[in-house]
Amino acid sequence: MTRPEDIGAAVGLLAVDPGLGCRLRGPAGPMRDAILQALRQALPAGTAWRKLPAGATDDRLLGGLDLAATLAAGRPVAERGLLAQADGGVLQIAMAERLDEAVAARLGAALDWGEVATERDGFSSRTPCRLGVVALDEGIDEAPPGALLDRLAFELPGDGAGGRIEAPDAAAVASARARLAGVVVSEDSVTALVGAAMQLGVASLRAPLLAVRVARGAAALAGRDAVAQADLELAARLVLAPRATRVPIDAEPPAEPETPEAPPDQAERDARALQSESPLADRVLAAARAVLPADLLAAIAGGAAVWGKTGGNSGVRLRAARRGRPIGVRAGAPKGGARLNLLATLRAAAPWQKLRGAVPGRIAVRRDDFRIRRFRQQTRSTTIFVVDASGSAAVQRLAEAKGAVELLLAECYIRRDRVALLSVRGRGAELLLPPTPSLTRAKKCLAALPGGGGTPLAAGLAAALALAAHVRQEGQTPLAVFLTDGRANIALDGTPGRPGAEADALSVAASWRKAGFAGLVIDTSARPHPFARKLAEATACRYLPLPQADAGALRAAVQGAVQGAVRRA
Amino acid sequence: MKQALLIAAADPSIGGVLVFGDRGTGKSTAIRALAALLPPMQIVAGCPYNCDPAAHFAHCVAGCPARAGGATPAAVSVPVPVVDLPLGATEDRVVGALDLERALTAGERAFEPGLLARANRGFLYIDEANLLEDFLVDLLLDVAASGENVVEREGISVRHPARFVLVGSGNPEEGELRPQLLDRFGLSVEVTTPQDIPTRVEVVRRRDAYDRDPASFGARYAAGDSAIRERIFAARAALKTITVSDDMLTEAATLCQTLGTDGLRGELTLIRAARALAALEGRAEVTSMALRSVAPSALRHRLRRDPLDEAGSSVRVERALMELYPV
Repeated sequence: MTRPEDIGAAVGLLAVDPGLGCRLRGPAGPMRDAILQALRQALPAGTAWRKLPAGATDDRLLGGLDLAATLAAGRPVAERGLLAQADGGVLQIAMAERLDEAVAARLGAALDWGEVATERDGFSSRTPCRLGVVALDEGIDEAPPGALLDRLAFELPGDGAGGRIEAPDAAAVASARARLAGVVVSEDSVTALVGAAMQLGVASLRAPLLAVRVARGAAALAGRDAVAQADLELAARLVLAPRATRVPIDAEPPAEPETPEAPPDQAERDARALQSESPLADRVLAAARAVLPADLLAAIAGGAAVWGKTGGNSGVRLRAARRGRPIGVRAGAPKGGARLNLLATLRAAAPWQKLRGAVPGRIAVRRDDFRIRRFRQQTRSTTIFVVDASGSAAVQRLAEAKGAVELLLAECYIRRDRVALLSVRGRGAELLLPPTPSLTRAKKCLAALPGGGGTPLAAGLAAALALAAHVRQEGQTPLAVFLTDGRANIALDGTPGRPGAEADALSVAASWRKAGFAGLVIDTSARPHPFARKLAEATACRYLPLPQADAGALRAAVQGAVQGAVRRA
Repeated sequence: MKQALLIAAADPSIGGVLVFGDRGTGKSTAIRALAALLPPMQIVAGCPYNCDPAAHFAHCVAGCPARAGGATPAAVSVPVPVVDLPLGATEDRVVGALDLERALTAGERAFEPGLLARANRGFLYIDEANLLEDFLVDLLLDVAASGENVVEREGISVRHPARFVLVGSGNPEEGELRPQLLDRFGLSVEVTTPQDIPTRVEVVRRRDAYDRDPASFGARYAAGDSAIRERIFAARAALKTITVSDDMLTEAATLCQTLGTDGLRGELTLIRAARALAALEGRAEVTSMALRSVAPSALRHRLRRDPLDEAGSSVRVERALMELYPV
C-alpha cells in the first residue's frame, strides 16, 4: 500500500514531470481532493488544467470544424481539441473506468509521441501535446482501459481521510524542472529497476521506463545531479509495486519445497542471478516489496490481473446502443431524431454558391444540401456459457463438455459474437470471463477451468440471468448455453440438499423464461437426466443431451437458438 | 518484425505488414523508425500525388504540374512518405474531398487530396488497426489492392494513383481483426516482450537516452541507418535479377499444401518475400533457407482457421517446417 509520505512525493514528481501521469483510485473524497489541490498548487502558475468529460467525442478530444465560427466567417475555421489545449498541463479524466477504449488509444498516441495528429473535417494538423493525465478511477468492478493504465506512472489512493499533503512548493518544482534534463542515471540503476520489474512479473517495458523517469525526477527534486539509491527505491515503490503480478522469489529459498516445483524459467533465473550479485537491485526490490498491494496474493490466486483489465467497457456500449456507430452520411432532412452533419451539408452546398448568387460571407443552403449522419445499431450477441464444473459433472464428462464449448466458440467466432464464461461449482457461481470479443482468452479460461465440489445450479442460473440482463441493457442480444448434468444439490442460500436445490433452480428458471432470454441446455450426464430436461422446459430453452451431440447437431442447435433469440429481441 | 518491414521496403508489392503484439513492445516505434531507413525517391516537383517523373503521366490527375506544363517536369528528391493514419481520422481526410475553403470563398470546385494521395509510393501506417472503423478499413484495403483511389463525392470525380504499403499494428487483447482482413496483409508478425534482463536494460537505456537528447541519439545510429538504406537500395535493384528455381517453387507449394492454406496468395507471397530476402542478403537466387525464414510471417495468418488456436498458428507453421526439413 502506498505510504502517506510517498503520496506527497508523487504529487511533487507529477508537478516536475506532468507527463508521468497518475491514476487516482477510489470514490470522490477528501483524499482525492487533497491530492488534486496539492498538485494544482505545486504546478507553475498558468499551467493548463483541462477536464475530459465522460463520453467526450472525437470533436472535443481532437478538434475539428468550429461550427459557429465557420458559419459566421463563411469559411472553414478549425477548433482545437482538448488534447491540444491541455498541452504542457494536465488533463483530468472523470470516470476513467468508463473511458472508451478508442479514446484511450488516442490518449495513448498523444502520450507516446508528445503531439496530437488530426486528420479531420478537412483539416490536417500536428500540434504539440505534452500532457499529464490524471485519471479519476471510481471503478469497483470496472477499470480504465489497459492501454491507458500502461502509460500512467502512479497509482494513488483517492479514498481516505485526506489531510494536508506535504508536496514541494512551486519554487522547488521550478528548480527541479531546470535540473531534470541533466540528471545522470547510471547503468546499475537502470539494471536494478529493470530487474525489479522482472521479479515482480511486470511484462510491459513501459513500467521500467516510467520508473527511470520517476527516479530522475526524484533526484532533481532532491537537488541531486545523479540518481541515488533513495530515488530508485521511491520509483520502485511508486511505479513498480502497484503493477506487480507476482510476489518476487527470494534469492535464498527459505526451505526445501515439499512438492517438486517446475524449474524457474530463464527469465527468473536471470533475475535471480542478478539479484544475488547486485545489492543495489536487492534493495530496490525490497523497497517495492514492502508496499505490494495487500490483495495481490488473493488476486493472483483468483487468476485475475491486478493491473488493469482488458475487457470491454460497459459505458461505451451503452451509449453505442443508444445511437449506434456512425457509418457515414446520406442526403436527407434532419427530422425524426436524425442528426445533421454540418460539414457534409456545407460541402454539398459549396459547389452551387455562385449559381445561387450567394453574397460573400453568407452561404446559401437549400433543402437538397442537407446531409444527415447514419448510425448502425450494434446487433451482435453475447453468448454466456454456464459450465457446470461440479464434482458430479467432472466425473461424468467435463472434458467432453469443454469440447462442446470449444465447438460452440468456433460458431461464435464466425458470427463475431462476444462470449462470457460462468462456472458453477462448490458453493456458487463465478464469472470467470466477463463478456469479451477475444475467443482466445475464452479458450484459455476454459482450459484452466477446474472441476469438483457441489452443484449450485440455482446460483448459476441466477448469475446467468443477471449477466443476460446486463447484456441486454447494453443493447446486445444475450444467449445462454448451460452445460450441466442436472444433478443440482446446493440451494440458492448455499445449503446442501437435492429437493431444495431443485426447487430453487426451477424458480430461477421461471424468471429466466419470463425475461424471455434464449438459451440452450446441454445435458452432459452419461444418460439424459430428467432434471436437465425439466430445467430446459422451465427456462423455455432448447434441450440437447450430449450423447447425441455430434458436431453437426450441436451447431444446428446453436443456430436454432440464436435465430430464436434474435427474433425475440 | 524488422525483417518483415525490410522485405516490404525492398518489394512494396508484397502487400503490407501486420504487426500484432502486447503493449509496450515498441511496435509503433519500430514502424516510425522506418522512414529514416528508406532511400529517398524522385517525384515531380509540387505533385500532391508523389508522381514518379520517370513514369508515364497519362494516369496522373489534373492539377499535377507535370501534366499541366507538357514540358519535362522538374524532379525533386524527397524522403519516402511514411504516413500515419491517426485514430479518429475522418473519411474526407483519408480519401480526399472537396476543398471547402476554396469552395466557400472562391466558389471553385477543387479537390483536396487526402492521406491516400500523400501515402502514394510510400507507407501508410495504421496504429491500433483493430480499433479503426470497419468502413474505413474496407476502404483502405480496397485502395491498397487496386492501387488507385477513386473519389466520387460532392460533385467531384477524381481518380489518382495510391500505391502504398499498408502497415497495421494492434494488440490482440483489444479485439481481433476480421478474418477477411487478415489475409489481405502480405506478412504478419507477432511481437513479444523480451524476457531477458540485458535486452530489457538496453531497451530502457536507449529509450531514456533518446528522451533526453534525440539529436545526438539519432547521430549515434546514423551510420547504421545509412548502411541499411544502402542495403534496401541495392536489394531493390537486384530484385529482378534473382532467380527462383523450380525446386524452390515446388518447396513453397508443398509447404502451403501441408498447411492447407486457402488460395494461391500464400505461395505467391512466400516466393516474393523469399526473393526480397535473398535480395537483401545479396544472394543471386532464392534458397531454401530464405524460404524457411520467411514462411512463418508469410503464412501464419493464412491457415484455415481454427479460431481458438490463434496462438497456435505460428506453431503450426513451425511444425510443418520441421516435417519438411527434418534436421
